[in-house]
Amino acid sequence: MLLCLLPTAGVQAGDLAGAGALAADVFGFEVRTLPPLAVPDATFDARRGQHDSSLVLATALDLCPPDATRLLVLTGLDLAIPMLTFVFGQAQLDGRGAIVSLARLRPEFYGLPPAPAVLAERLRKEVLHELGHTCGLVHCTDQGCAMSLSVNIVFIDRKKARLCRDCGARLAARLETMRRGADPAEE
Amino acid sequence: MNSRWRILVVDDEVAMRESLAAWLREDAYAVDIAASGREAVAMAAETAYDIYFIDLKMPPGINGIETMMEIRKRQPDATVVIVTAYATVDTAISAIKEGAQEYMVKPCNPEEISIFVQRVIRLKSLERENTYLRRRLSRRYSFQDIISKNPKMQAVFELVRRVAGQRSTVLIQGASGTGKELVARALHQAGGRASRPFVGLSCAALAETLLESELFGHERGAFTGAVARKRGKFELAGDGTIFLDEIGDIPPKLQLDLLRVLQERRYFRLGGSEEIVMEARVVAATNRDLLAAVESGEFREDLYYRLNVINIQLPTLRERREDIPLLVDAFIGRLAIEAGRPVRGIAKDALKLLLDHDWPGNVRELENAVERAVVTASGDILEAGDFDFLARAARTSERWEVPDGLSLDEIEKRAVEAVLARTGGNIKAAAEILGIDRSTLYMKIRKYEIPR
Repeated sequence: MLLCLLPTAGVQAGDLAGAGALAADVFGFEVRTLPPLAVPDATFDARRGQHDSSLVLATALDLCPPDATRLLVLTGLDLAIPMLTFVFGQAQLDGRGAIVSLARLRPEFYGLPPAPAVLAERLRKEVLHELGHTCGLVHCTDQGCAMSLSVNIVFIDRKKARLCRDCGARLAARLETMRRGADPAEE
Repeated sequence: MNSRWRILVVDDEVAMRESLAAWLREDAYAVDIAASGREAVAMAAETAYDIYFIDLKMPPGINGIETMMEIRKRQPDATVVIVTAYATVDTAISAIKEGAQEYMVKPCNPEEISIFVQRVIRLKSLERENTYLRRRLSRRYSFQDIISKNPKMQAVFELVRRVAGQRSTVLIQGASGTGKELVARALHQAGGRASRPFVGLSCAALAETLLESELFGHERGAFTGAVARKRGKFELAGDGTIFLDEIGDIPPKLQLDLLRVLQERRYFRLGGSEEIVMEARVVAATNRDLLAAVESGEFREDLYYRLNVINIQLPTLRERREDIPLLVDAFIGRLAIEAGRPVRGIAKDALKLLLDHDWPGNVRELENAVERAVVTASGDILEAGDFDFLARAARTSERWEVPDGLSLDEIEKRAVEAVLARTGGNIKAAAEILGIDRSTLYMKIRKYEIPR
């Protein structure tokens, strides 16, 4: 099972390595990093000063190699969808693609000094969360589980970079199905 | 599981509806999308969504508020969120006034929308749980189709359960509208006869000769007009139940015939020579004081004891006022569906009014009152004003002056005559107005020899 990691400008090698390691450890993906994506201007909403997460993800999916089981876009851009003021990331539920933004994971966004370890931990949680959605996991009521909904940075810091027992069991069952060649994302 | 909850996102902008739907699906809600108000109304006619997110401006066709109003006609309980990019106080006021639970300006904070949806779902879960518990409670206090938590009625239920499987004759006594026939049917259903016939006959409704032929049947030529053999009610009941209502009103000759049937469990059709075995269980009912009728010589003592093997006394509604809320709830549930009205409950002050009412016509009168209110109510909750007719009826009786020199019988006769005249001789309508059942009305028509 292949995961393609697609960075946009501004994403550091260390961020990619952290995301790739989590994808390999938890999901058992073989990870391939693709050349950086040039994000089209059409995805930018000048009024809001943000990129439309759905449009960026759709652009990336068009470029995704056919042999990729999953595609994960990592971006430094601040993302939003029309209804919401921002999103930390977005995924296709039971689908192929997911995107995670580093913009609001950085302590600097909240006026704090940079803290690489904090950023790396938050990134691991969000990568696990969004890839979990692509494997059919929905939001979990266990606030410590990475699949719990985060509506602000406090929620992200409250949860752990791991799944609760129920979500872990569901993911294991789904990965087993995928390894046998059946993946709803391909239907 | 959130997948129990259905959400419809209505927006003409594809990016808007798709992205909001996707975001909500991550919470496991079952989310559908509609691209226009008309499509949303059509979808809502098929599926009762729990929450609707409706964009205010959706050209062309109907706008968000009109869409909401159309949906709420069918689903008054639906939660509607009006979403707009152009917030003005006027549109917000108009949306809320027309029944939107929330007005959101897009884009909105994820926390705000998440908290709102969770709050609505929590409230709806409680409503569902409440409905479920009320249904369970109503089942707990119901026996067959009779609902009561009153100790006297609970004792009746217990007695019915105990004797339902037996063949002994049962005499049910109670005022008009207390549910004598329901108890007779419960006896039939709860025993081993449920799949056999239940045949009812009001003894007050028929003339003596007709009643005889109705009960025992007749052979061809048994009397003038008997052009063919006819099976009587005893025969039709087979090994089921025969329910003889208003038994206190049968004439003396029939009292003797009935006594013989009960003693020997055999009889002949009128004009017949073939003996027929009576296998049915006999359940009789009356609103008269039969013992007093025995003492005054109107009713045979031996028949009374034959009938009164098992005696069931039904209390009046005044004696079981605690049942009024349960009964009202059950009536609203059934009558709202039958009448196709969106009524789902009763206000406290309206219930108090019903609790304080005297209910001379007992449960039947209460049911009629609730039916009238359900049909005429303008909202989904019955208010005290919907029962104004009860107060008017009470006031009329308070102010009414009794003419001099009239006996109670004469007053009753005049009342029956007046109501029959008003209803053009319609027995059903007259019985409803008088708060008595049709057989009682027939009995009174016969008793007072009122021409029809």
